[in-house]
Amino acid sequence: MSEVFKKILKSGFHFMMGNEACALGAIIAGCRFFAFYPITPANEIAEYMSLFLPKVKGLYIQMEDEISSIASVIGASWTGKKAMTATSGPGFSLMQENIGYAVMTETPCVIVDVQRCGPSTGTPPLPLQGDICQARRGSHGEYPIIALAPSSVKDMFMLTIDAFNLAETYRTPVVLLSDALVGHMTESVEIPDSSTIEIVERKRVKNFCKKSQHFLDENVAPMPIFGFGYKAHVTGSTHNGRGFRNVDDPSFVDTLIRTLCAKIEKHKNEIIKVETKDIDDAEIVLLAYGSVARSALHAVKTVRAEGLNVGFVRLVTLWPFAEDIVSDIARKVEKILVLENNMGQIVDKVKEVASNEAEVEFLPPKTLGAIHEPRYVEEYLRGFFK
Amino acid sequence: MNEKHPLLKYVREGAIRQPHCSGCGNGIIAQCMLRAIDELQLDIDKIVFVSGIGCSSWIPSPFFNSDVLHTTHGRALAFATGVKLGNPELLTVVFTGDGDGAGIGGNHLIHAARRNIEILTILVNNRIYGMTGGQVAPTTPHGMKTRTTPYGNIENPFDICRLVEVAGASYVARWTTFHVKQLVLSMKKGLLKEGFALIEVVSHCPVQYGKYIGARDPVELLLMLKNLSVQMGEAKSMTAKELEERIVVGEFVDKKEKVGLAKAYKGLLDEVEA
Repeated sequence: MSEVFKKILKSGFHFMMGNEACALGAIIAGCRFFAFYPITPANEIAEYMSLFLPKVKGLYIQMEDEISSIASVIGASWTGKKAMTATSGPGFSLMQENIGYAVMTETPCVIVDVQRCGPSTGTPPLPLQGDICQARRGSHGEYPIIALAPSSVKDMFMLTIDAFNLAETYRTPVVLLSDALVGHMTESVEIPDSSTIEIVERKRVKNFCKKSQHFLDENVAPMPIFGFGYKAHVTGSTHNGRGFRNVDDPSFVDTLIRTLCAKIEKHKNEIIKVETKDIDDAEIVLLAYGSVARSALHAVKTVRAEGLNVGFVRLVTLWPFAEDIVSDIARKVEKILVLENNMGQIVDKVKEVASNEAEVEFLPPKTLGAIHEPRYVEEYLRGFFK
Repeated sequence: MNEKHPLLKYVREGAIRQPHCSGCGNGIIAQCMLRAIDELQLDIDKIVFVSGIGCSSWIPSPFFNSDVLHTTHGRALAFATGVKLGNPELLTVVFTGDGDGAGIGGNHLIHAARRNIEILTILVNNRIYGMTGGQVAPTTPHGMKTRTTPYGNIENPFDICRLVEVAGASYVARWTTFHVKQLVLSMKKGLLKEGFALIEVVSHCPVQYGKYIGARDPVELLLMLKNLSVQMGEAKSMTAKELEERIVVGEFVDKKEKVGLAKAYKGLLDEVEA
């Protein structure tokens, strides 16, 4: 990795755009295949990938659409390459079928969605946290997913690396749910020393025999990379641990879905990351994620200085949802105020686990598409304590 | 009679049961491919078979004893693009159909040809959506009645070979399931081609297509394909009117000089390093 650092990036402070940090994080994480179709506000990721990847013998390709971008990423992953694509809402919608295919076939890959205002073409350069539910259930059928929400340029670097590590560990697609604000934000960022960054490689088949199980293990089956004589049979049809299809017997469906879900559920404590601040004595906590968490944290700091007991929770991992942590917090506080730049996509999950213990209220920004102004949130909080 | 079939070594253990209807052309095409691999003495472990959704996508999956990526409807070529670029050492072969490759996946087909990526595509054209019950396809002849054109097809069919030719493929050929010898030869050429190769195989479908043309016997259908076929040389002296409803067969494109995408990318990497 230090070799790669030498070629593309120095440790220390940089003034950098979020989308650039994402591209650099991907290459540091070991990404060597990137497929893309142009879309605002994700273009800079591709621009940097097309510049940097050839320097580390990686592959960059601009595909004919987002469907083929994610498809080629999955194909490349089966040759052993760490692979990623990036897009925004319209492209993310097009990718959904093949994201389901990646879950089904247990293919590690990373999808960056730099969210913009929708529905439809919407307002491309403005942020909206509109794809949270789509990331969870956008593909048909029943399946688990991992999704992370960066709040800063540093997050765009570090969480991209985390996304690859999770994808490799659990042989699953991982979605990085950024937005136009974080993607296009340029700010000071400290790139840590390469020796402090942990990089995970997928478990590969080692001792191959005809009866080897290459799929459907709660503890993640080793991946039979193409070209080594493992005779992998990879299919989006319902299959067993050896990849053999069975579409007659519902018990195969049952085993497949339960095992895929258990693979993530069983390890959720290792997957889920949540940041908290000033919760212990808080009467009310603000719960936010992504770009909105920046406004929330700013507001919390301001009213804390005025002596108001306000706490802060940031969901770094959106899916799987941090239900245990949120329900623990609910037991300690009177109220959880959920801030999202949408009409309420994660608030229902919060209500589900917290509303028996605390009041849960939703606060969208004054103007959707323009994130919560800290003053607006501060006024709400002062009102709460009156 | 204890002698094993010489191609059985290329068949996945436990996968001998075919999903195809009896009399289907897919068995002929599967055997032609395995013969081509056998005659070239290729290591099947270094070939990745990628397929989409539809009858023809079951030709390699799970039947062929190698790495098989059975993907989503229409997207086989897009997945295969990632496989080929991810490991250019692997021969990449796509099996697709007329609905899969020229209908829902038509965009990927023309772009794979434009990129001239080193993939051999076997496009099995039975001129109908067979697996879903005989609906009209983008290759169904004008005027034909199908399950979803009960009053006759008012649309026009694609000429897939011409489409791929003008998009930039290095090798383009069309045969029918009657032309097994020519097909094996073409497949051998396609497997070794360092660019995009497409072989359209017009296949007989006794169950769906046969139902609508009133011929259910596979042998009768094969003879019909034989009689409808016109060698490309012969076709040159025929009028458009005479060629209506005929199937022009032959090798339309065989270029040697065009550089394939994976090779071009390797050149780019060498340039960046230098």
